[in-house]
Amino acid sequence: MTDASVAQPVVLTAERLQIAPTRRRREVIVRYSLLMAALGTVVVSALIVWSLVSEAWTFITGVAWADTWGQLGWFPRRGLYDIPTIVIASIIVTAIAMLVAGPLGLGAAVYLSEYANRRVRAWLKPALEILAGIPSVVLGFFALTWIAPNLVGRIGKNTFLVVGVVILAGYAVIAAGVARNRIKHYRGSGAEPSSLIVAIGAIAVLVAIFALVGAWLLNVWIEFAPARAGSLAAAGIGVGVLTIPLVASISEDAMAAVPDSLRQASAGLGARRMTTATTVVLPAAISGIVAAFIVAVSRAIGETMVVFLAGGAADAARFTDSPFEGSLTMTAAMASLASGTDSVVGEGLTFQSLYFVGLMLFAITLGLNVVAARFVARVREAY
Amino acid sequence: MSDGTETAIERSTMERLVTGDDDAGPAEATPSPATDRDMVFRSRDVNVYYGSFRAVRDVSFDVYKNEIMALIGPSGCGKTSVLRCYNRMNDLIRDARVTGTITYRGVDLYDERVDAVEVRRRIGMVFQKPNPFPKSIYDNVAYGPRVAGQKKGLDDIVENSLRKAALWEEVSDRLNDSALGLSGGQQQRLCIARAIAVDPDVLLMDEPCSALDPIATARIEDLMQEIKQDYTIMIVTHNMQQAARVSDTTAFFTSDIHSERDTRTGILVEVDTTQKIFSNPSDERTENYVTGRFG
Repeated sequence: MTDASVAQPVVLTAERLQIAPTRRRREVIVRYSLLMAALGTVVVSALIVWSLVSEAWTFITGVAWADTWGQLGWFPRRGLYDIPTIVIASIIVTAIAMLVAGPLGLGAAVYLSEYANRRVRAWLKPALEILAGIPSVVLGFFALTWIAPNLVGRIGKNTFLVVGVVILAGYAVIAAGVARNRIKHYRGSGAEPSSLIVAIGAIAVLVAIFALVGAWLLNVWIEFAPARAGSLAAAGIGVGVLTIPLVASISEDAMAAVPDSLRQASAGLGARRMTTATTVVLPAAISGIVAAFIVAVSRAIGETMVVFLAGGAADAARFTDSPFEGSLTMTAAMASLASGTDSVVGEGLTFQSLYFVGLMLFAITLGLNVVAARFVARVREAY
Repeated sequence: MSDGTETAIERSTMERLVTGDDDAGPAEATPSPATDRDMVFRSRDVNVYYGSFRAVRDVSFDVYKNEIMALIGPSGCGKTSVLRCYNRMNDLIRDARVTGTITYRGVDLYDERVDAVEVRRRIGMVFQKPNPFPKSIYDNVAYGPRVAGQKKGLDDIVENSLRKAALWEEVSDRLNDSALGLSGGQQQRLCIARAIAVDPDVLLMDEPCSALDPIATARIEDLMQEIKQDYTIMIVTHNMQQAARVSDTTAFFTSDIHSERDTRTGILVEVDTTQKIFSNPSDERTENYVTGRFG
């Protein structure tokens, strides 16, 4: 010990280990600027909420509540603020959007995570992401100019017929696929195709003919009233298309996080791919999938451009609970009022009604996001 | 292969195939085959490819009923690749390809009529890392029978399987608890119970004890000795003592290194009774390995 200190006369002291003053100052500056950035976002959010709440409060205290329920519709410039009109419209659009995005998004996710090989994945996943990158105004325009006249306008009151034909056509495709697979399977082995294969093939052909005839009838015999205007259904389908990538990518992430060892275990016990997907992968990923749906619902409720363009109403709307008519969702009601050429600061509480609707939307999406966050947190403890 | 199309036709074909006459005859690859031993597997010139890379070259050996065969060898010599050929688990790996013939009780496992899913119901597998489903203990064991369409008598199957896997005493009062709450050794015994529950003919075990402590390992080894009355077992192991303790026959693999391409191909060096492999092997490489001089 003493020998070492003789050989090395430099004595280590606390001062020698001190940080240089300039360095310390820089650390402090960096630290507090970052804190300001973080605080800034919170302050901005708080101010937005404050302005929202204070203007909405003027509306809540000033409005005649009889004007907000059971009225003709949402006519803010005339002092009629029928809340059910815009809430029901939002619910209809969201429900239709989820009917479109739910099965398609989840189906795409299951296919990508459980079936697709590397080559298919390589182009299918980017393709889905491109769909996510389409600006909503473009989709809104598409919903107005194509979905509304061609899809909704033609279907209209013939919903059941159309749905029936679509299901039959889908069944025909699947049955034909099964029959083709069987025949391919047995041709190689030289075995006689059994009567079951013949039966499946025959049914497939019959169903396909039936579906084709149905589609022909639909085009020729049924008289359409091709609606040029938008409708809640058109907007809902548009919003659905918009949320497909969201559902697909969050669900696929949740399923991809399920360890491959579980799939191997399932396969090793004699489970088929579909069985493994439905009995092992989906239950293990369920919280992520539920979160995907909640986020998609939240997105669909908040979506503005598509419903504004394709919702089939501007400025004001009569109450309707039919998806085939035009109406204003909460978001579209805000957008159309705020974008009017005349000043929004019009009659009475018109201006403040905007804030009230905004507050309702804020509360709904906040609630949904909190619920979604809970579910996402649960996904981490599942396995 | 598993394309999701399953019918009674396929199953009955397989049924006929697997109960057909065993015309495999005595094996050349295994010396002194006892005539009273039933052959379960017979493989000839099996190669496993991953893409263009040949992982295993020309493997031929036989496996007999109610015996435990150990596959040993240094890391990367293709033991696991070989094992996974026997219940067509390699089908699940993209770009994996198997050539040569493997017959199971006389049926070519890679015949195009044979459904890999049906094969796996008869030839079960236990994996290196315990991989219970995030479900209850009961649901884990009942999974296989349920997948096969069984709805009645599951309670008995679960109890018997857990008893055979020497786990019943420890879990009988908490069958509905999550399997993930069990210790590693218990989880691995649960995975064995789960594999047994489908009443397979053969059990393939891929280093089943590598993630376990010595006590849990000893329990699994005892278990293997007990259940070999009912099953045929193939086990891949890194642990030579384990191979020496539990197996009847041993196959020693090593890897053939292509220095110019910097790749390795697994090759089978020799197959013999475990006693002979460990006391008096005929190949020098085997001797070097079992005496600890390399690997």
